[in-house]
Amino acid sequence: MERIPILKMGDCLLVTVQVDMHDQMALTLQDDLTQRISTTKAKAVLIDISALEIVDSFIGRMLGNIAGMARILDAQTVVVGMRPAVAITLVELGMSLSGVRTALNVERGMELIRSAPATRSRNGHRPG
Amino acid sequence: MDTAQGEKLPLRTSEQVVLVRQAVRKWAVAAGFSIVDQTKVVTAASELARNTVIHAGGGEVLIEQLVNGARKGIRLTFEDKGPGIPDIELALKDGYTTGTGLGLGLSGSKRLMNEFSITSQVGSGTKIVVVKWK
Repeated sequence: MERIPILKMGDCLLVTVQVDMHDQMALTLQDDLTQRISTTKAKAVLIDISALEIVDSFIGRMLGNIAGMARILDAQTVVVGMRPAVAITLVELGMSLSGVRTALNVERGMELIRSAPATRSRNGHRPG
Repeated sequence: MDTAQGEKLPLRTSEQVVLVRQAVRKWAVAAGFSIVDQTKVVTAASELARNTVIHAGGGEVLIEQLVNGARKGIRLTFEDKGPGIPDIELALKDGYTTGTGLGLGLSGSKRLMNEFSITSQVGSGTKIVVVKWK
């Protein structure tokens, strides 16, 4: 079956969704990513959806699931590159992707990931 | 109001949901919809097509281009011979689901389109008609 490739860059996993995913493909990606976080001990997942022309409730739920599962496995997820029309539609559909961190593009997403240790220590446990 | 042209597509598998999305996109572009409206129509089509596959065990969709004077639109008719919807009002509530989804399919696509109607008979099937005007 067709699979979405997952690339590893340092302790970050990179996913660029470039095809119109059918539901089974989205579920496979969710499983593959969870496996890869565990085997590679990745600390972050960056998902680029700039090629996606729509995000419906199924894909939206998948993004939320990935973020949730990654968090439990001690990795953070950033979804980047959502098209403006997709954002408008998604909110009108009734999904605000709460619980999923987003950034405008890959560059901003990487910045967010790099600055994450500081964000995480907002309870005052900043090391050093 | 005239229906200019149209096409009918089967809906049995999740791959066919993707094909329906692509066909609806093509029709929305042909009708001159803005990018935002194209995205709304395709997203609503995706939700309703998935419902047909998952809840009704399959069916079909008719995509039609509408012309009303100078106004253009798209009408999507989803028809199945599935179990039907016993309580339509309940099914249209945000967050109500009988499956494993989020319960946004029907209510969400209603918000994304201009016209929305459901007729359903328990035991014999469901017909959902949605329209988006340019």
